[in-house]
Amino acid sequence: MSAPILFINGRVIDPANNRDAVGDVLVVDGVVAPAGAGVPSGTEVVDCSGKVVAPGLIDLHVHLREPGQSAKETIASGAKAAAAGGFTTVVCMPNTSPSLDSASVVTWILEKARAEACINVLPTGALTKGIAGEELAPIGALKKAGVVALTDDGRCIQNHELMRRALEYAKMFGLVVMDHCQDYSLVGKGVMHEGYWSTVLGLAGWPAAGEELIVQRNATLAELTGTPIHCQHLSAAGSVRILKEARSRGVPLSGEVCPHHIALTDGALRGYDTNFKMNPPLRSEEHVEALLAGIADGTITVLASDHAPHCGYEKEVEFDQAPFGILGLETELGLFLDILIHKRGVVDLPKLISLLTINPARLLGINRGTLSEGAPGDVTVIDPSLEWTVDREASFSLSRNTPFHGWELKGRAVRTVVAGKTVWKL
Amino acid sequence: MQSAQPNSDSETSWGRKDLVELQSLSAAELNLVLQTAAAFKTVGTRHIKKVPALRGKTLVNFFVEPSTRTRVSFELAAARLSADVINMSASASSLTKGETLKDTARNLEALHADVIVLRHSSAGAAQFLAERLESSVVNAGDGAHEHPTQALLDAFTIHEKKGRIEGLHVGIVGDILFSRVARSNLFALTRLGAQVTLVGPSTLVPREFERLGVKVSHDLDAVLPELDVINLLRVQHERQSRSYFPSLGEFTSLFGLTKARAARLREDCLIMHPGPINRGVEIDSDVADSGRSVILDQVTNGLAVRMAVLYLCNAARSGETIS
Repeated sequence: MSAPILFINGRVIDPANNRDAVGDVLVVDGVVAPAGAGVPSGTEVVDCSGKVVAPGLIDLHVHLREPGQSAKETIASGAKAAAAGGFTTVVCMPNTSPSLDSASVVTWILEKARAEACINVLPTGALTKGIAGEELAPIGALKKAGVVALTDDGRCIQNHELMRRALEYAKMFGLVVMDHCQDYSLVGKGVMHEGYWSTVLGLAGWPAAGEELIVQRNATLAELTGTPIHCQHLSAAGSVRILKEARSRGVPLSGEVCPHHIALTDGALRGYDTNFKMNPPLRSEEHVEALLAGIADGTITVLASDHAPHCGYEKEVEFDQAPFGILGLETELGLFLDILIHKRGVVDLPKLISLLTINPARLLGINRGTLSEGAPGDVTVIDPSLEWTVDREASFSLSRNTPFHGWELKGRAVRTVVAGKTVWKL
Repeated sequence: MQSAQPNSDSETSWGRKDLVELQSLSAAELNLVLQTAAAFKTVGTRHIKKVPALRGKTLVNFFVEPSTRTRVSFELAAARLSADVINMSASASSLTKGETLKDTARNLEALHADVIVLRHSSAGAAQFLAERLESSVVNAGDGAHEHPTQALLDAFTIHEKKGRIEGLHVGIVGDILFSRVARSNLFALTRLGAQVTLVGPSTLVPREFERLGVKVSHDLDAVLPELDVINLLRVQHERQSRSYFPSLGEFTSLFGLTKARAARLREDCLIMHPGPINRGVEIDSDVADSGRSVILDQVTNGLAVRMAVLYLCNAARSGETIS
C-alpha cells in the first residue's frame, strides 16, 4: 500500500458532492479519508495551488487491443497513455481477437491488467458471440467474470429482435448496454461523412442518418425493455435531437461524445490523410454545433475518447482501405478543456469534470468518479490553463495515429493518482 | 475552406511535378496544357510521329484498376515522346501478394521511374503516391475522385471544335455521383468560364454538386435545347442492382440521348462520350456515329493532351519551368 498523500491548496471539484472550493484531499490506505481526518506522519504533500483536484477521470470508451493485436497497443501501454492523459480508469472494448465473449478472456484481461496496468482497467463483454450480431454471448458468465457493461462496439446489431432480446436478458444482470450506432444498409461502404466533401473527394459517404436511425431504434427499445442503452461516440445532429426527446420522457437512453467529433470537421479529409478516418466519421459544422449544444444542455452525459490505436503501416494505405480510428487518451482532456472551456465556453469546469467522472461511473454502477469519503483514492490534478503542444512522438501508446500532432492546447492533467499512488506526473 | 485555392490566374508557368487533380489548377495552367497539347497534336500528323522530349526517361503505366483505352493512350503518348514504357497491372504486381501500394511504388522508384501513371480504384490514391515519391505522378483516374487527362482532352476537343470554352453551356449526363470524369470536367470547364449543368437521376446527381458552381437538373428534356456540348457518361450496370434506378430501360427513357432527343439539340451541339459507350443505353447507336459526335476526336486528342501532361510534369520535376 502506498504512503498517504495529501493534496493541498487546490480547487477541489467533486461534482457528486457539489463540492467546488479550495481545500484539501487526503488519501490514506488507497481510499479517500474523511474530511478533517488527521494527517498521518510520512504523508506526501502535493501543493496544488492554481490547479484543480478532481476525482480520477474515467474513459468509458477505449480500445486496448489485447488480446490479439498487441502491435497496436497493449494493456500496459494503453494504461500508461491513459495515465498521461489524466485517466485513472478506462473501460475497454470487446473487439479484440478473440473478442471478449467468454469468461476466460475477461479473466485473462483482468489478470493482465492487475499485473501490468498502472490504472484501473474495466472490461466490457460482447453482446453477441464473436460480436457477430447473430447469437447472444454468455452474458451471465461474462457478468460473473467481471464485465461492467455489454457492447458489440465496432459492430452494431442489425437485427432488432436480437437487440431486444439482448436488452431484456442484460436487464436481469443490471448491465448497461452500450451501442455503436450504425445502420449497415444505409452506411454501406461509407468511409466519410456524406456531404459536400465526400462529393468533392469522391469517397463513399457515411450519412448521418445511418447513425440517427439506430439511435431512434435504441430509444424505442430502451423504452420497450427498460434496459438502459448508452449510445457511443455520437456524431450526428439528429442523434442529439432523438436522445433529448427520449430523455425528456424518462427513457433510459444516454449518449457520449468524443473529442475529434467536436474538434474537427469533414473538410479535414481533403488531403486524404487516414489519421482523420474514424467511425463514425468527422461531420460538418452543423453536426459539430449540435453536439456542442447537446453537451451544453445536458443531453450528452458522458465524454469519452474512442482511443483506437493502429500501426503506422496499417494506416499508410489508400484512404478507403485504411482501418477506422485514432488515438485519443492523451489528447482527450486537453481538447475538451481547450474547446469546451476556453474556446467555446460550452460548460464550466464542474460540469466538464462530471462528464468525465461521476456520470460514466453512475452509468456503470461503479463506486468511482467521486472524492466521497471511502471512495477509491483515484485523483487527477489538472492545470486548466497550462499551454502545451501535442507531440505524437512523446505518446505512451504503441501507435502514432493522431490527427492532433502539433496542436497547441490549453489545459491538461499534471498528476494522475490511482489508489493513492502517483502513476504519472508532468 | 470549401476548396483548395487555385493558383492566381495570372500564373502562366507550370511548376507541378504531378497532375493529381484539376480542382486546384488555375485557368492559366489549364490553358498552358491545352496550348502545349495543340503543339504536340501536330506531331501525330507528321511522317515520323516522334519527338525526343522524354528520351532516356522511364514511364511506368501502373494500372491497379483495369483499363485499356487510357493505358494505351498513355503508352502511345509516352512512346511519341521517346520515353521507355513499362506496363504494370494489379494482377501482374505484388499487390496481389499483399504488398502495399506504397511499397510497390517505392520499388518502381528504386528502378528510377521518372513518371508513374496511376489508375486506381481508391479515391486519393494518386495524391497518396505523389506525396511519397520523387517521381512525377500522373493520375489516370482514382476511384470517383478525378480523371484529369480525360477532362483536359474533353476541354481540348471543345476548344478545337468551338474555338472557345468561355460562355459555352456544357451538359454532363448520367452517373455523376460515381464519376471521376464528371468531377474533373466540371472543375476544368467552370474554371475556363463554361456553364456546366449536371443531369441525371436524383440518386446519382446529389444536390451537393451545386456548391461546386454548377447547376443540377433531373430533366434532360428541359436542358437539351440550351446546350452547346452534351457529354454522356457511361452507365455502370451494377448501379441498377444497387437501386440507383429501376432499370436500364427507364434510365434510357429519361436520360438517354435517343434519336428524338438528338433532334432537339442545337444543330451545332457537340456530342461527347469518354467511352467505352453502351450503345442504346446512354446514347443511341446512330447518334453516337453521327456527324455531331466527336467521340473519336476525343480519343485522338487524348494522345496530344497526355503528351503535354507528361512533358510538363517531367519538366517541372527536372527543375525546368515551362511558360
